Amino acid sequence: MRLELLPRPDPSPVARALAPLAALVVAFLVAGLVVALMGRSPVSAFEVYVLQPLTDPWSLRAMLVKATPLILIAIGLSYCFRAGLWNIGAEGQFIMGGVAGAALALATHGSDPGPWLLPAMMIAGILGGAAWGAIPAFLKVRFGVSEILTSLFLVYIAELFLDWLARGPWRDPAGFNFPQSVVFESAARLPEIPGLDRVHVGVILAVIAVLVTAIVLGRTLFGYRLKLTGDAPRAARFAGFDAKRTTFIVFLISGGLAGLAGIAEVSGQIGRVIPDISPGYGFTAITVAFLGRLNPFGILAAGLVLALTFIGGENAQILLRLPFDLTVAFQGLVLLFVLGADALVSYRVRLVRRVGAKA
Amino acid sequence: MIAATALADLPPASVPPADEASALVSLRGVSKRYGDLLANDSIDLTLAPGEIHALLGENGAGKSTLVKILYGVIEPTAGEILWEGRPVTIASPVAARALGIGMVFQHFSLFEEMTVAENVAVALPERSFETVREELAEVSRGYGLALEPDRSVWTLSAGERQRIEIVRCLLQKPRLIVLDEPTSVLTPQESERLFETLTRLSAEGTAILYISHKLEEVRRLCRSATILRGGKVVATLDPRAKSAREIAAMMVGSEVGAVRAHLSKGLSDEVLRVESLSLPPEALHGKHLRDVALSVRAGEVVGIAGVAGNGQSELFAALSGERLSPNAGDVVIAGTGAGRLGIDARRRIGAAFVPEERLGHAAAPGHGLSDNTVLSHHATSGLVRAGFVAFSEAAKIARSVVGHFDVRTPSDDPAARKLSGGNLQKFVVGREILRGPKLLVVDQPTWGVDAGAARLIRQALVDLAAKGAAVLVISQDLDELFEIADRMAVISEGALSPLRPAAEWTREAIGLEMIGAHAEADAVLAREPA
Repeated sequence: MRLELLPRPDPSPVARALAPLAALVVAFLVAGLVVALMGRSPVSAFEVYVLQPLTDPWSLRAMLVKATPLILIAIGLSYCFRAGLWNIGAEGQFIMGGVAGAALALATHGSDPGPWLLPAMMIAGILGGAAWGAIPAFLKVRFGVSEILTSLFLVYIAELFLDWLARGPWRDPAGFNFPQSVVFESAARLPEIPGLDRVHVGVILAVIAVLVTAIVLGRTLFGYRLKLTGDAPRAARFAGFDAKRTTFIVFLISGGLAGLAGIAEVSGQIGRVIPDISPGYGFTAITVAFLGRLNPFGILAAGLVLALTFIGGENAQILLRLPFDLTVAFQGLVLLFVLGADALVSYRVRLVRRVGAKA
Repeated sequence: MIAATALADLPPASVPPADEASALVSLRGVSKRYGDLLANDSIDLTLAPGEIHALLGENGAGKSTLVKILYGVIEPTAGEILWEGRPVTIASPVAARALGIGMVFQHFSLFEEMTVAENVAVALPERSFETVREELAEVSRGYGLALEPDRSVWTLSAGERQRIEIVRCLLQKPRLIVLDEPTSVLTPQESERLFETLTRLSAEGTAILYISHKLEEVRRLCRSATILRGGKVVATLDPRAKSAREIAAMMVGSEVGAVRAHLSKGLSDEVLRVESLSLPPEALHGKHLRDVALSVRAGEVVGIAGVAGNGQSELFAALSGERLSPNAGDVVIAGTGAGRLGIDARRRIGAAFVPEERLGHAAAPGHGLSDNTVLSHHATSGLVRAGFVAFSEAAKIARSVVGHFDVRTPSDDPAARKLSGGNLQKFVVGREILRGPKLLVVDQPTWGVDAGAARLIRQALVDLAAKGAAVLVISQDLDELFEIADRMAVISEGALSPLRPAAEWTREAIGLEMIGAHAEADAVLAREPA
């Protein structure tokens, strides 16, 4: 007995559209089962995780703030994934973007540098992330090393580098030995959107990234190039698109957007350098990208959904004493079921029994 | 023509078409439905022991579906299969082999790095390696299938690889062997040896179902044939009793005309010139191009014959610019040294290319025809302004290709993979011709394409040359090259024979060039001036 996946000749477009929703539902059911096994009521967990954040204005604003890095990173990842390149290291690119931008904020600390500082920090963030993303691209193009491994390994290097900075050279001398830098001056803080308490303008950057990407992917030769490279690499070569250049460009874009997300988080949300600037945004964004079907608007929606799990997860820690690991597990379940649902849309499962000819 | 005489010496082995009682296998009303498509529509087919039966039909006629049903790969929707008069269910290829059905696929499934004997042994896990090795030697001697058991597969020619597949099949003592387009990868001499083997097997009582689109060889080898069209049996007949033209008409459903030769208007400038081009292989088992020289003038069709895997893809990549040459002067297109130019730059100076693989290389399978137009037009057709693609204009060009080249599409702007092989090939050839190129390089223009589409494509190539373009056709199909080429050369192991007018070549000389026997080929040509 074995299972066989047979390609469906005509995958249903309806099934394809509904697959992410089905995956979410299944993920909720499985998570509910886990909650029940942990001795809590799945119903009240659902309420705390999903319903309360959606009905509370403060939580809704917090959701926007959490969704911002997820959307920015996932939009960047969508360039890589469309071209068939597996950038798993957005977390590292996020951190290095934050580090590069923060370096500028700390270097100018106490010197009243003027209005150019914030834009310069954002650009430094983009460059920092892009530079970190360029490393796996270079290794792949030059030596044929799998970008999956190198981009992932670079996450740990970035994490430890940030940790060293926060505990070493960048530690606030007046900070009672806490591993954190001084609080940025207001000139180095992304401002709040007027009227939206605690929501920084990074949200607007994320929306711009969504809109620009929708145009780039849908209407330009570059968008066509990515799709062709991902769907039919040999045809892309026949079309005259150099695969090595494509690899570099998408890793630079992807790393740059992750880096922008990193500095936006550091500057707009945290306001100083600490060892953990990310609760795993760079990894959760992979789920966001696939849940959003690599479509910019899908990613926007998926970013909000996954942001909800972060908010709900915090609530659940407080109200139900459920560990944050459950949230991370839930995010993993979502990715697993999204990919599973996609496979079931494109393939039919057949059970094959090992039998001889029946006469 | 070495071929016809050799076969005439063999005893007539085939028996007349079987009646139900003596049949080895009979299919009754076998149907297979995929959604709305009826791939096989109540097919009846009967084979007697020792019968060599041809299965003829265009691509998409349902041949592969029928064979896969017989070999247990897919399940029929309706109908029954009788094996020696008993109804059977063939649930898997394992079950098919247990019954005594062997299959030789068109595309080999061999492990390149393993030896001949190892490749055979993996298919027969129940026997020891030593037993297999002995049996292999015995069978290959017995049937004239020369094979060295300890050679690595990657060193072997396509003909030798096919022999492995056949031997592997024979070791299972099949009562019925199915061969799918077996001669498509063989030299004329190799084909001849295959026919001898098949005739001997048939004389011993093994039934053979022979799938081919080469009507001449079917007429020589088979005494009975079933013709499929649109999933239905349109005729069961003795192929020798009809002309190839009549059989082709039954396959296509209408008369297939011959390609009208173009009137050579006196040749003018060289549009493509290749001089002493050498390129080491890029892939592990790729071919080394050695000192290739050729020229194509405006207004002529130049053909390059050769058995698959002798450097055709490497030559195509070097000509198209998918692979760059060391020196600009290695490939000269329309007077420009293009050896260092990429494929788009070569398109801009008037060249167009059609690679061998339709799906995945010439076209992206999941993309619509309009997107697939952007694929080769974006550099030259003004489709891209300031980085933005005018997709509506691409759709217009795609519709124009569809209209001019009789591409049958299931819907407006379908995905490339929804088209049959012949229709997609018409599209990718038409897509290039419509750009009005000065030079067209085509690799295997009608490979696996139905007779009607093949004729249309060949005519389009000849017409393009007549309008003053230079056309280079790389093809394994000798009949095709003799039909359309003005001059021909043969590629073998990455080296190219001299270009000669097509009329000077004989099939025997080409066959000798195909195995790299240049001196013998020259001798043959000197002996029999055309």
